[in-house]
Amino acid sequence: MEKIVISESNYQIRKARIVRTKKLTPLETLFEIVLDGDRSLDHEPGQFIMVSLFGIGEAPISVASSPTMRDSFEICVRAVGRVTKALHALDAGDEIGIRGPYGKGFPIRIFEGNDLLIVAGGLGIAPLRSLIQYVLDNRRDFGKAHLLLGCKTPQDILFADELDQWRRRMDVQSEYIVDRAEQDWTGPVGLITTLIPGVHLEPERTFGVVVGPPVMYKFVIKELLAKNIPEHQIILSFERHMKCGMGKCGRCQIQNIYTCQDGPVFRYSAVKHMSEAF
Amino acid sequence: MHDIQYYLLKKRAFSGFISRLAKVQPLAAPVRRGEKNYAFELVTSANEISLPYIPTILPPKKYFFPQREVLLEFDTRRGLHAGPVGVAGPMTIFGVHTCDLAGIQCLNMVFSVRPRDHNYLIRKRKITIIGLECNDYCDEHANCALVNASLPSGGYDLFFTDLGDYFIVHVNTQAGDDIIDAVKQFQPAKEANLQDLAALRERKRVVFRNEVALDQRFLPALFDISFDGPVWKDLDERCLACGNCTQVCPTCYCFDIRDELNLDMATGVRYRVWDSCQTEPFAKVAGGENFRKSRLARQRHRYYRKFSYPFAKFFRFFCTGCGRCSRACMAGIKLKETLTSLISQGGEGPWKR
Repeated sequence: MEKIVISESNYQIRKARIVRTKKLTPLETLFEIVLDGDRSLDHEPGQFIMVSLFGIGEAPISVASSPTMRDSFEICVRAVGRVTKALHALDAGDEIGIRGPYGKGFPIRIFEGNDLLIVAGGLGIAPLRSLIQYVLDNRRDFGKAHLLLGCKTPQDILFADELDQWRRRMDVQSEYIVDRAEQDWTGPVGLITTLIPGVHLEPERTFGVVVGPPVMYKFVIKELLAKNIPEHQIILSFERHMKCGMGKCGRCQIQNIYTCQDGPVFRYSAVKHMSEAF
Repeated sequence: MHDIQYYLLKKRAFSGFISRLAKVQPLAAPVRRGEKNYAFELVTSANEISLPYIPTILPPKKYFFPQREVLLEFDTRRGLHAGPVGVAGPMTIFGVHTCDLAGIQCLNMVFSVRPRDHNYLIRKRKITIIGLECNDYCDEHANCALVNASLPSGGYDLFFTDLGDYFIVHVNTQAGDDIIDAVKQFQPAKEANLQDLAALRERKRVVFRNEVALDQRFLPALFDISFDGPVWKDLDERCLACGNCTQVCPTCYCFDIRDELNLDMATGVRYRVWDSCQTEPFAKVAGGENFRKSRLARQRHRYYRKFSYPFAKFFRFFCTGCGRCSRACMAGIKLKETLTSLISQGGEGPWKR
């Protein structure tokens, strides 16, 4: 039978090279990646890529660096699945495949001129780091910036050195809280929701940007609403399983929306009635 | 150029027509596979074809969107080398019922949404479709009348209707006309033939009744108010989560992507394979959270993907009324019963008549 060659496949990967790895915790590693031909990834903060290892598979991973860094980009990977565990065995100089970037990122043009209250739980800091870096690189375009970061224990803190840099800046306020800690931890202990009531903010000009584990959203959103931040100014990013990244395979579907194409960033007002969203 | 739209093919010329057609390019047609079971398979002669037939086990979707389809061929010895893949060339599908034509029309929309799926669209361009009218209702599972799929409404190159000792053939595209020209067996239809066709369609309007007590216009509104309805609880208790319903559905298109390494541990393929939203791990993320953990949520999702979500996106139902999901269900979940329960549980509304 005659064969037709599909030369324009959407599943073709772009070659990329790991140029640096940095172990952040026993489970999480930061990879700095350069695309073949030194081209820029040209993503928006909040977008994700499909990382591809031939023979193992692909996994959706959010970009953890700002597009203002143009020569390379970073991803923060937790070793939990087949692809992510295999990625952790790789080092500087190794090649990986990339598809994307995919999805709708944070609405930065809408954020401009307004205040930001960024709430990151656990690995939620990965996509938010892209936003935070972008805001700090373009600091005067935004109003007040407040960061609330939380994780399980002090040993789970990601980007601790950057957190120290952010702390030293006069143009951003940040607080870090852990669920539980030994005596050498001097910061606050408890749930991230306990930090929100103490934040001084002007709700009508504040965007609450929340990324974290699924269980966190309900409680954080409740606190943000209690601060009178309107529903359409609460911005969330969802984690879902994905195979194609192009709105077809069905894995990431939340009722009538595809997380990969319509999201992963959503306004709370657009998804609050969806039981499958939370 | 000529603008004749209807031709005749005498039954005694049918065998010659099929043989000629199969010589031009590979030809698939319904073939009998046991009691009340049919399948689209490649044929070379008319006596392999089974007519009339009830919906095949798998819809002709399999030629557009194969169950297993290689996306990339890789060779890790050559760095990250991934070559383009070849797919099957031109073919003809003969005998596609109106329900399956509707199914192909649905998938055409899905795979044309950007980013467009080139694998599907390249195949689509290479497939010639010859439809075949159902003169009688196939069995108790079909509900084509509810979704207006019992009469042809495009999506084919040629369309055959059995009118006794001849087929009347509607020519819908130039590709269809080229077949008429190439196979010199067709004669232009006369007025009397067209009257016979109109009479058959009139009879069909009586035979193909909508057995669900609902005007399809009200389906989206009924689904809008039914998300938390008790009918899903009933399906939760009965569904076995086997995924049969989605495997046989002409409009289901969920897939998985997997890598397969050859024994040399260096070369291999990345392929996609049909998947089912009815299986337990489908919506599970690496961290362990499952966003459609219950069978209730998964069955509900299936129904909403037929009657609600695509209507908002494509102005079309993704149920073609073929009845395959009800025929294939091991737990006896029947689509018409589910819809009837939704109506009775829906309270007062325009869907109540």
